[in-house]
Amino acid sequence: MKKTVLQLETLTCPSCIRRIEGTLIKLEGIETAVVKFNASKVEVVYDEMKQSDESVLKVVKDLGYKVISRK
Amino acid sequence: MKNILKKHGYIIFISSLFILSMIFNELNQSRLVSFIIMTLLTIFAGFHIFKKAFMDLKYKIIGIDLLVTIAVIAAYMIGDLFEAAAVTYLFTLGHYLEKMSLEKTRSSLKAMMDLKPLQARLITLDKEDMVSLDSLKVGDILLVKVGEKIPTDGIIIEGNVFIDEQMMTGESMPVEKDISDAIIGSTVVTSGYLKMRVTKVGEDTTLSRMIHMVEEAQDSKAKTQKFMEVFSKYYTPLIVIFSIFIFIMTKDIRLSITMLVIACPGALVIATPVSFVAGIGNAAKKGILFKGGDSIEKLSKGEIVFFDKTGTLTKGKPEVVEIKTFHISEEELIKIASIGEAYSEHPIAHAIIQEAMKNHVDIKDKPKNYQSIKGKGIKFSYQDKIYSLGNERILENPLMGEYQMAYHKFLNVGYTTLLLANENQVLGLIGIADTLRPKTELLMKDLKSLGIKKTVMLTGDQEIVAHQIANQLGIDNVNANLYPEDKAQIIKSYQDEYHTIFVGDGINDALALSYADASVAVGGIGKDLAMETADVVLMSEDIGKLKDAIKISRKVKINMIQNIIFALSVVFFLMIGVLLNQVTMSLGMLVHEGSVLIVIINAIRLLRFDIGGNHVKRLRTKQLHQESSHL
Repeated sequence: MKKTVLQLETLTCPSCIRRIEGTLIKLEGIETAVVKFNASKVEVVYDEMKQSDESVLKVVKDLGYKVISRK
Repeated sequence: MKNILKKHGYIIFISSLFILSMIFNELNQSRLVSFIIMTLLTIFAGFHIFKKAFMDLKYKIIGIDLLVTIAVIAAYMIGDLFEAAAVTYLFTLGHYLEKMSLEKTRSSLKAMMDLKPLQARLITLDKEDMVSLDSLKVGDILLVKVGEKIPTDGIIIEGNVFIDEQMMTGESMPVEKDISDAIIGSTVVTSGYLKMRVTKVGEDTTLSRMIHMVEEAQDSKAKTQKFMEVFSKYYTPLIVIFSIFIFIMTKDIRLSITMLVIACPGALVIATPVSFVAGIGNAAKKGILFKGGDSIEKLSKGEIVFFDKTGTLTKGKPEVVEIKTFHISEEELIKIASIGEAYSEHPIAHAIIQEAMKNHVDIKDKPKNYQSIKGKGIKFSYQDKIYSLGNERILENPLMGEYQMAYHKFLNVGYTTLLLANENQVLGLIGIADTLRPKTELLMKDLKSLGIKKTVMLTGDQEIVAHQIANQLGIDNVNANLYPEDKAQIIKSYQDEYHTIFVGDGINDALALSYADASVAVGGIGKDLAMETADVVLMSEDIGKLKDAIKISRKVKINMIQNIIFALSVVFFLMIGVLLNQVTMSLGMLVHEGSVLIVIINAIRLLRFDIGGNHVKRLRTKQLHQESSHL
């Protein structure tokens, strides 16, 4: 299991939480996905065999969110 | 100018298109040009919305973007181009403004992150080097000069300095620090210089942990907030059904799509979190850490405050508070007693030696024939005389007359009292007590004026000491001789009737902290356990900040209620307006986005105004001062 934290641009609507969490959690190999609305961060724990930092990043970008940094 | 264009170019572009659309809409001529302009605006302003709506569909989520998209497409299809364009534009503009203002509510955290210095002066065998903060390791030796920020947490190994810890504790008076004192990264040396040994780096430092805690706090979900999220989860789909129902009933597509747009719960959902985020941020700047929205709600409701005594109301360090001598001078008494206690590790001995050092008494000599007698005191000889120091049982003969009276007078006011005697007579009495922290009396008055119904002191100390302190402070109830688990039981016994607040220093009172409805830990810096357990942490030792914390929690709560009431009434009146056919789709969107902005701006008030004490104002004038002196 690996944890990655993405810093997004400022999130404005709480519906973003469900959009991002809901999308990520349905993917194979994602253990947990938590969006911190006020900090505008996404914390993802995933199985390295099935996902990678890049694949997680791509999904979030595809949803229409700018990713500022990754930890 | 270039910067503004680059940063806001997109908004300027779609705003220009919107103004053109309005002009052509009014003129009502050249239909082709208006068609082109309005379609362009719908596409450019709505691109993000449509994309998100598409994603939502894919993942079966009903969100606001989907509602807006349906409404825009429907408006477009019935030929209401201006409405479609205006709604997309207002929605995008609204979000843009919300983003900017939301960033503001979260600015306190960013300000904390900006506190970190970038470089440190590393001392190696023969030279000093400026190195980046990331390269520091535990054990490194650093030099910090006057006016500089201390790079990271450590211990002073050389130098005597005054340090401004305001950014961490909210305490504006600089604190004196000496060799072997712990210092905190990002605080500023205001006079002197120091050499330090690094004890913590990176994520482990106090500042990093504080930032992390504030971040966690801002995203922890309070009860009200959870309710709002659940509400909006079911509310949005319900609105879709309701709109379809209206369409079936009235066959008025305009009415039903207007319903879709205005019913979005934007302001309602954001009402609670923005107030909490702004409140938590402002409090953190004053050295008050709320663990989350829940903690704010709990503290705001408090009606009865329990205090731990030692270390919370008092300094937790015994001091010599009164001396009575017979036949010798005070200085001599302290000198002989200090020399006698030279080998003792007891806190009482420490208090006597401190007193001697404070008065610059020469205590270099060591006692001879030192003997410690358990439960009584010590015997020793100094300059060929034999002395006894301890309680009355250390004496060979019972106390009589004026000695006895003086001794009992000391005991009755709650002092731990030591007698010093030579072979023939009693030479004097030393009264030692744990003294009150400054401003505690004022705090009790302040709490009453805030409407706190009762104050209670809980202590493991003996009855007489406890009552002495309670009387001095004006505390309503006292419970003495308690074990830690008793404190929790007493708090529980009040909980049916009152909302309880417990204030402790985090030592021996973890249980009480966890039992009270709201718990406050004082002097949180460096006390990890207390920081973890308590709902609210006062970073400095200044217990007076409790008043500020309660005030802030109430202001935040009021702000949140204002936001919720406002958001609900906007939705309510808009609905009525729509049903009476008085509100168009774009007007609905304008009011809707406007209400979100108003809610955010209302929360920003929590940042600007000095909601706890007079601290923020002072800081701000100081900043202005600095800025103007730079010009």
